Amino acid sequence: MPDKHFVIPRQDINREDFTSSIPDFNRRSEFMKTEMGHKCIITSIVRLTEQEKLFKLRIIDPQERGIFRFKPGQFLMLELPGYGDVPISISSSNSNHEFLELCIRKAGHVTSALFTLSEGAHVAIRGPFGSAFPMDEMAGNNVLLIAGGLGFAPLRAPLFWISEHRERFLKVDVLYGVKEPSQLLFTYQFDEWEKINHITLHTIVEQADAGWKGKNGMITDLFQDISIDPEHTYAIVCGPPVMFKVVCSYLDNLGIPMNRMFVSLERRMHCGMGKCCRCMVGSTFTCVDGPVFDYWSVMNLKEAI
Amino acid sequence: MIYKVIAKSEFKRFTDALLRDNTSFGPRQVDTDSRGKAVYQFLPVTSSDDVAFDYTATASSAKHFFLPFREELSRFVFQDQEWDQQISYEGNPIVLIGLRACDISALNILDDVLLKGHFPSPYYLAKRKNTFVIGMDHLPLPDCFCKSMNHHTISTGFNLFCSDIGEDYYLSINSSKAFNFLKEFDTRDPIDDDNCRLVERRKIISDSFRSEVDVTALPSILDIEFDSPVWEKWGNKCLNCGTCAMVCPTCYCYSVEESFDTNLKGATRQKKLYSCNLVDFAEVAGGHNFRPKNGDRLKYRYYHQHRGFAENANQQICVGCNRCGRACLAGINPKDVINDLRMDKESCLTNISSSPDRI
Repeated sequence: MPDKHFVIPRQDINREDFTSSIPDFNRRSEFMKTEMGHKCIITSIVRLTEQEKLFKLRIIDPQERGIFRFKPGQFLMLELPGYGDVPISISSSNSNHEFLELCIRKAGHVTSALFTLSEGAHVAIRGPFGSAFPMDEMAGNNVLLIAGGLGFAPLRAPLFWISEHRERFLKVDVLYGVKEPSQLLFTYQFDEWEKINHITLHTIVEQADAGWKGKNGMITDLFQDISIDPEHTYAIVCGPPVMFKVVCSYLDNLGIPMNRMFVSLERRMHCGMGKCCRCMVGSTFTCVDGPVFDYWSVMNLKEAI
Repeated sequence: MIYKVIAKSEFKRFTDALLRDNTSFGPRQVDTDSRGKAVYQFLPVTSSDDVAFDYTATASSAKHFFLPFREELSRFVFQDQEWDQQISYEGNPIVLIGLRACDISALNILDDVLLKGHFPSPYYLAKRKNTFVIGMDHLPLPDCFCKSMNHHTISTGFNLFCSDIGEDYYLSINSSKAFNFLKEFDTRDPIDDDNCRLVERRKIISDSFRSEVDVTALPSILDIEFDSPVWEKWGNKCLNCGTCAMVCPTCYCYSVEESFDTNLKGATRQKKLYSCNLVDFAEVAGGHNFRPKNGDRLKYRYYHQHRGFAENANQQICVGCNRCGRACLAGINPKDVINDLRMDKESCLTNISSSPDRI
């Protein structure tokens, strides 16, 4: 009996193996290289506060830059070779196809390494991943954006979308609360949003310092300043876990339907592709099904907020 | 599927030839435990004499051939200020012999998880495609509850499945590779008597299950019992070691780590199997832990196994092999936990029916 009869041939995998999976706009599964990052150059770094910096990235390869699109609310995995990758929500306008802006807080191993970089350094991005805010669904209504602390970063993308399509929305209010006045992000854009785009901004701080002239208190205190029409209002909420409960239940009591409130959740993610289960809440992945959820789904998910 | 019958002596010749020519793994005894029972693992084998065909169940599952404990996802090679990212999907042909029906079921579940959806895993597929699986049926251990999970029989996911019908093996051939190999050996088409013996064998296996877990409507029960004291009770026993996830044939959660080479000329991104019972599983940047208590994490594991996946893919992820129960140092096993959860409410059920006020 010849030996070669029983040797199992090696089979390589190819694209055809994945034809049964759902092809998805902008997702890289079709190229099979889900782990391959787009190489980017950091074109500018702006220090926003003591802890946060705004990184402006540009995808180096013109072809990759050409196909990279995202929707407001989506995030990407920022890769620093040797250190690791971290999920970061995109804070720039999705109509800006040349540059991406990421507002990053120095919080861990990778972000600390990122803070040592200077302009011109290279990083890689994977993505975009996750769900987005349904901006078209919101059109024709009032929009209420509520942010706490760094939660303002993911809200900047929908805020850009609203200001670029301002005529499609009625009243737009931004409620923004932080601990100290020095932690306010994107203060340089406040005037632009208020005076050019007619977006009303309400800020509040927990601990005022000598220079602070605005309001002092918790974010819920800001609700007294505005009138909410629950019939025609969509809300977007992002902030620390404790804020979701307080704010969303307040809005719920006002009568805003749960499926018109959107929250952006935060979890530690390792793959971004719904495989590692680190970001799993109940039966839902924050990376594929989220990070944007309507409040109804969040209510149904145990341990979500 | 093609069915054939092969004499056991001829089957030995077939496995000898197959195991000799390919990198093969099969169950072998590695040790005995404190009670004197044999401990088996899947280890390299080169002939049918190496394979313990009469083994009970291996301590670790066969998933490690597809999801190694550490796996390189990509490599970075640094040149000056630049780097080059390299990805390779390795899959060398291997033969896995002696898998139990529940082990193969577990692989089918992993297929569903890892190869469907938006981001199918090429790393897993490369290995799965290059594996030749030979399954063997067996009489269950006293603590197996595969039958309750409906994984004691298997109809897909293998290349060849052998049912022991006395002097012969009843072969279910599920791939052209296996069929072509077997052409060289003496097999025959099953006759009526063989079919009878197969049915009898299946009935014996089915009747030998001594452990039973009632999983009817378990997803909804888990939902309702989210705040049950049962979780705290079992959570207090849990040592957070993560052993259950390591031996589980379907646990696939992982973490991704990156590290520099010692010469700083490159870096690797590795995936490492992880367990949801480990303390920092749900910790986020800034230090907030979404599941800080033992009970929370233990509960999460049961939710993922029995509820979460049921909602996504309409099947429970547990196959009922009870490896986690056998390996657990604290003596926690799924049968007790689930039955406890049920009893918790069934006690109130009897109260209602016996209480004269309520009738």
